[in-house]
Amino acid sequence: MRDQRAAVIVLVIFLVSAVLLLKLFTIQVVDDSFLRRAESNAIQRVVDHPYRGLIYDRTGKLLVFNDPIFDLMVVPREFQVGDTVRFCKLFQISKEELIEGYNAAKSYSRVKPSPLIKQLSTKDFARIQDFLVDYPGLFILTRSVRSYPSPVAAHALGYLGEISAGQLKKDTLLYYSQGDYIGLSGLEKYYENELRGKKGVKYKMVNVRGLDKGPFKEGQYDTLSFAGKNLTSTLDLELQAYGELLMSGKTGSVVAIEPKTGEILAMLSAPFYNPNELAGAAFGKTYSKLNKDTSKPLFNRPIMATYPPGSIFKIVQSLIGLQEGILTPTTTFACNRSLVACHNHPSPVNLFGAIRNSCNPYYHQAFRQIINQDVSSNTFKDTEIGLNAWREKVLKFGLGAPLSLDMSGEKGGNVPSSKLYDRIYGEGRWKYSTIYSLSIGQGEMEVTPLQMANLAAIFANKGYYYTPHLVKAIDGDSKQIPSKFQEKHTVGVDPHHFDLIQDAMAEAIYGTAPRAVMKDLVIAGKTGTAQNPHGEDHSVFIAFAPKDDPKIAIAVYVENAGWGGLAAATTASLMIEKYLRRTVARTELQDYVLAGNFVN
Amino acid sequence: MKETDVQINRIDWIAVSIYFALVMIGWFNIYAVVYDSQVEKSIFDFSISSGKQLMWIGTSIGLIILIMVADYRFFENLSLVIYLLFLLILVLTPFFGKEVNGQILSIGVGEFRIQPGEFAKFATALALAKVMERPTFDLSKRNYQFIAFGVLLVPIGLILLQPDTGTAMVYFSFLLMFYREGLPQWYYGVGLGAIAITLLALGVDNNLYLAAFIVAIIGALIYLGKKSWQRILAFSLIGIGLIAYIYSIDFVVSKLPAHQQNRVMVLFNPEIDPLGVGWNVTQSKIAIGSGGLFGKGYLEGTQTKFDFVPEQDTDFIFCTLGEEFGWFGSLVVIGLFAGLLYRLVIMAERQKTRFSRIYGYGVISILLFHFMINISMTIGLFPVVGIPLPFFSYGGSSLWSFTILLFIFIKLDSSRASQLGRIN
Repeated sequence: MRDQRAAVIVLVIFLVSAVLLLKLFTIQVVDDSFLRRAESNAIQRVVDHPYRGLIYDRTGKLLVFNDPIFDLMVVPREFQVGDTVRFCKLFQISKEELIEGYNAAKSYSRVKPSPLIKQLSTKDFARIQDFLVDYPGLFILTRSVRSYPSPVAAHALGYLGEISAGQLKKDTLLYYSQGDYIGLSGLEKYYENELRGKKGVKYKMVNVRGLDKGPFKEGQYDTLSFAGKNLTSTLDLELQAYGELLMSGKTGSVVAIEPKTGEILAMLSAPFYNPNELAGAAFGKTYSKLNKDTSKPLFNRPIMATYPPGSIFKIVQSLIGLQEGILTPTTTFACNRSLVACHNHPSPVNLFGAIRNSCNPYYHQAFRQIINQDVSSNTFKDTEIGLNAWREKVLKFGLGAPLSLDMSGEKGGNVPSSKLYDRIYGEGRWKYSTIYSLSIGQGEMEVTPLQMANLAAIFANKGYYYTPHLVKAIDGDSKQIPSKFQEKHTVGVDPHHFDLIQDAMAEAIYGTAPRAVMKDLVIAGKTGTAQNPHGEDHSVFIAFAPKDDPKIAIAVYVENAGWGGLAAATTASLMIEKYLRRTVARTELQDYVLAGNFVN
Repeated sequence: MKETDVQINRIDWIAVSIYFALVMIGWFNIYAVVYDSQVEKSIFDFSISSGKQLMWIGTSIGLIILIMVADYRFFENLSLVIYLLFLLILVLTPFFGKEVNGQILSIGVGEFRIQPGEFAKFATALALAKVMERPTFDLSKRNYQFIAFGVLLVPIGLILLQPDTGTAMVYFSFLLMFYREGLPQWYYGVGLGAIAITLLALGVDNNLYLAAFIVAIIGALIYLGKKSWQRILAFSLIGIGLIAYIYSIDFVVSKLPAHQQNRVMVLFNPEIDPLGVGWNVTQSKIAIGSGGLFGKGYLEGTQTKFDFVPEQDTDFIFCTLGEEFGWFGSLVVIGLFAGLLYRLVIMAERQKTRFSRIYGYGVISILLFHFMINISMTIGLFPVVGIPLPFFSYGGSSLWSFTILLFIFIKLDSSRASQLGRIN
């Protein structure tokens, strides 16, 4: 019986060994998931994030760069705080913050690192670097965020954000991965591919704390990263900053373009926000704050807001009339206020007088001749044919469709076609008397401030424009910018027709915007007033200068600031002075604009 | 007095060879754990655990020589004194020992510290052998059972005070020796049944299924057997008792300290919290599992080297072996352990005195338990219990106590011819 029990014990020994070997066989040989998990454990695929390209202004001043930030990481299992008071003093956090941060880290994982203090500045990092050795379980993780030395041009430059699930799905080349930052608006978005550079991959061996234990297989699987390309923007930092100063506290847009090239010198949307606040960890909080703001600081007015062009459109009408031969410099109409309201000025007027005095009845009558050319005996049909023919000519001025600058989200505005009126009134049930308000840029017409600035450039150039754009060179090479920005667009009006227009515009500002006049510099301008059914009208002004050799074309919109001759014209005039003279001598005028009291 | 001399030719060289094989493989593994290709240090470097382990191996050889030259009667005669001495140290440990993580496991002066819980194993084995050696001692009788369990329970109680549940559990391994020495079989039947039901109750999510299963079995037994009312009553009571037991387990588990509760939970679902309580087991399995059939090669392991597995040179030493030498490495080491245990059974069975045989089975019990539980926990078959792998794990107390434990028996075995006259 005892022998039998000894045999049972031997059996137990071999049974135990067999069970262990069997289980080992299943996890070591049969199930290969452990091998994969071991690799993901210890062989880390480290993406080498390239340095994102910088953005400079047209004079070489830095607009956007990368600022290194440092997160203090903690591995709870190894962390020993020792003297809490000393720790809090060294790292400049309160005891509560320490406890809160530590508990948060612990609840994520006791063995994997998580941030204890986020976004230390370079200065703080330098200060605590020496103390780190005293605290096991702490280390620094370096990242970089976009930083803006001058907090201007937020809308034009745009911002970065973590890539969304939808964008990841669209990324068919599988370049991006979860948690990557991608340009979400402005230049950051449009030039994402240029700015981002090329990611590299390093395979390295890491220990449980993620500490580098050398390259895997001597780095033979690694690929290099390439830094992003730098952009040279067309923006003039000083002009942009000055515009933002003038527009602070107001709502509206300023767009300034170099007429001969289509380069955007300044483009701003008021109210502004500080681009530094949308960079890095504060993004989420700031974004939702800005998004909820009723003054819509995130709304990029120069390309997204549309207004009726108002009186400024009369210049386009004049040009079409001249080119058609319907108008000549001597064509005269009476200021017949029974047709449409006008203000006191001599009557009748010729074309020059009509522009200078912004005479509404003149254009009511001129536009009728443009539309109704008796092509059809049916008035309704004739109006339809005339409207569509006219529309084609207006579209050539860069209106009615997005100009497609290097920025997304641009609106096209509206130049109505016969289809629109057919929809509203029914086919064959509308005629000139239905649509006459188009003659003075009212009614269904809508344009963006950018399109208005482009109009100013067309007038300055006597009939052509280059698509406005914000980048003039990529990595210093102007040939790398999209070719569409080097294409000349002509508007189909002979250059000589513009002479009268330019003269009238130069003359007009003496009457309608005397404050905008500069003694020794000829500014050609035209005021406008965009009717606003919700309150005070919007003040609009376009101009170019100097008249004989235009260097700048500008459009200014100041919302709810009333007549264009005041707020918009003075702002435009100051911007022109700033750009052409680099300093502003008319400090009184500047104070007037800064005070911002235009309506009363 | 020639019989007290070392009798080289009577030493069981098979057991001794396996011992040295395991110690050396263990030593190489400890070096693999601390090896860092960026800071190359020699295996003999005393600043790392492999260097220190070499020192423990050297002193163990000294201990072996001391044991082999001692008189075999020394252990038998002084067994109770040794036992009482270690009980005394165990009593003193909580007062004079050093506290680490809420446990007071070691006692000593300065750098020299021992864990009395480890050494009390061989002392208890000696004491049990001494107590049970009398020819009249019969484990099938109640009063002798009390004595045997008494000798066992005193150190268990003292170790639980430290508290060190893992080491305390080791003492229950003497039940294997008790089995060999005649403790009634049905004790083991009931015990194994209870363990099976406990595991089922913990493993099955809904105790209702288990209760229904028991009702069905009891019902079937009543239906198939004699239908006397006593029998029906007895079976019904057993059934009710079992069901009550199943439901009480959840309650007991909920009353356990949180860390022990977690260890139990992780056994059934290691993915429950892979970064928290499941970390040890998950990482240990990943390390072993990534070894494959032949392993990644010596010093080529990534999991154990880069600290993914905690306590890898002590309780989780088997991970390094599994990762770097694969299943074949595991086969060799498990084969060596099984071979040693089998050899020890043969040796125990050839003893001429009850004392030697009982002590031999005590050694088998302790080694088997450590071997089984330690490897089981590294591959997720058993909850994480802090007990070392004999001869393998880093640590002086561990290596010394296993060496003493084993070599006292080898000594007794080598002198068995001298013990002829005292056959029982």
